Amino acid sequence: MSTSPGEEAIIRFRDVTKIYPLPGGDVVALDNVSLSILPGDFIAIMGPSGSGKSTLLNLMGCLDTPTSGTLFIKGRDVGSMTDEEQTSLRRDHIGFIFQQFNLIPLLTALENVQYPLILKTGDRTCTERCIEVLKSMDLQDHLFSHKPSELSGGQQQRVAIARSLVNDPEILLADEPTGNLDTKTGSSIMDLLKDLNERKGKTIIMVTHDPGVAKFAHRTIRIVDGKIS
Amino acid sequence: MQKSLFFDFAIRNVRLHWFRSLLAVIGIIIGVVAIVSMGILGNSLVLAISDSLSTVGDSVIITPHAGGMGGMGIGGSDDLLTERMIEQIRRAVAPDVTIPIYSGSARMTIGTEDTVGVVYGLDPDDIPILLEVEEGALLKGESGAMAGAKFAEDNELKVGSRITLKDKGSLRVVGILKERGMGFDINPDYGIVVDGNWYQKAYNQQDYDMAIVKVKDLSRIEQTKDAIEKQLNRRETEVDVIDTKAILETILTAFGQISTFTTAIGGISLIVAGVSILNIMMMSVTERIKEIGVLRSIGTQRKEVRSIFLYEALVLGVIGSVIGGVLSIFGGYAISILMLQTTEYLFVPSSLVYVFYGIAFGIGTSLLSGLYPAWKASNLNPIEALRHE
Repeated sequence: MSTSPGEEAIIRFRDVTKIYPLPGGDVVALDNVSLSILPGDFIAIMGPSGSGKSTLLNLMGCLDTPTSGTLFIKGRDVGSMTDEEQTSLRRDHIGFIFQQFNLIPLLTALENVQYPLILKTGDRTCTERCIEVLKSMDLQDHLFSHKPSELSGGQQQRVAIARSLVNDPEILLADEPTGNLDTKTGSSIMDLLKDLNERKGKTIIMVTHDPGVAKFAHRTIRIVDGKIS
Repeated sequence: MQKSLFFDFAIRNVRLHWFRSLLAVIGIIIGVVAIVSMGILGNSLVLAISDSLSTVGDSVIITPHAGGMGGMGIGGSDDLLTERMIEQIRRAVAPDVTIPIYSGSARMTIGTEDTVGVVYGLDPDDIPILLEVEEGALLKGESGAMAGAKFAEDNELKVGSRITLKDKGSLRVVGILKERGMGFDINPDYGIVVDGNWYQKAYNQQDYDMAIVKVKDLSRIEQTKDAIEKQLNRRETEVDVIDTKAILETILTAFGQISTFTTAIGGISLIVAGVSILNIMMMSVTERIKEIGVLRSIGTQRKEVRSIFLYEALVLGVIGSVIGGVLSIFGGYAISILMLQTTEYLFVPSSLVYVFYGIAFGIGTSLLSGLYPAWKASNLNPIEALRHE
């Protein structure tokens, strides 16, 4: 794919350390991590629990900032951005896919997909693009008006992926996207992600426990005790 | 446009937790009804009092100084205003009119019934200045009398009836006076008005019991008062001078304070309602921590999260306050009937304005109560909120 040498990294960690101060003593979640991710990469992050996978993903998603070192996303230093700028970056350039799907219970499937687009544009009439994205997720039309609680896990994850895609972000962050799904549904979701990576050129970073799921990625980063091994 | 999305969120959440929202709304309704009903009651009370006081505050009342008059030796009897004093007053207040008045009470016989009433002796020329005729004619000549409205009603007096004042003689009722209400000067509602000369002869009294000065220009009432004091009380206090405007103001101020006090009591219930909104909003925030985390992670700004919760408080506040405002008109009606036996003071602007105050306070309290939960929600750490179960 578009991993030609010399291309600007879309995410770059430079000596990033993340320390969580806890009453029982500081916890080093990430220890001097340096890492570059190029546009179009499909990366699986694996490691035992507590190894710092989630911290890595949170940092990439602009939900957290490094304790030391610098983190660039799309060439911008996340540590020097205000909360509002970070939030805008998440909204416009990063798509989140969660293990728990995390759809908004108050909204229907279609409205969940619309939500980030309305946040970005302020236009509440933008249904066409949302329907188009939902359809590309192989979700039947009659489910569009259902609330998340009325959908199966696989259907919810398809809605969640549609939501993450609606603002056409360059980066997709997936935290155990198949963790709450059966094998069959899980592999169809993975096919969807693979397709997004190959055909739409999305950069995908995925945390997983499942070596079978990790196979879909171009490369796998293993992390142990806050260090990339 | 974007705002209405968050407004939508608020509406949906209110609907989803309709029972809890209902309770909060009921709280606001009670608060608004309490504050408005109390306000209306207070205002009606003030209006009712000022209506029942006849004087509009344009009179200065001069009475002999209570006690310590005897030493002067002017005139025949103690504690009266002499002709000379009346003249001094006339000169001091000119061109305003000075009305000297005899007053006393007498046992009377009407038909076969015995009764007691107040008797005022006035110069017939002065009567139109002070009193209005309901029926019949104004007093002319010494053998007539005018009856006060209540007195006439109680004793079934009509124009032409006769009143016998024991040994003083008999008088024919020539007119019935219009009801005057409680006054600070004279209260002829429960008595009769006779010719001053007749009073003078019948009671063998030269000097007057009191005098009233009608002030044309209300802004000069203080000066008028001072002028009289200067004339008569220069060396020794001979007369007491009071102006009805001051009395009226004192009374109205007192009732205004009572009204403020009762409204404040109503306000306490609104504060209680505010606390209940704060409580349910906090519950709402705590329950939705994970949802807030999701909203924040997919790009919802802090201020947008804040607005969701402020809208929720606003929705509860507006619903509660408007319903409360409507109900408080009934509440005000009920409390007016109960306490004042009349509702004539309900549909006047100064009463109805309390409905708007109440609604405004209700909405304000709700918004204020929503501030802290909204702030709390918007400042949640997205990572921790996402992890929350």
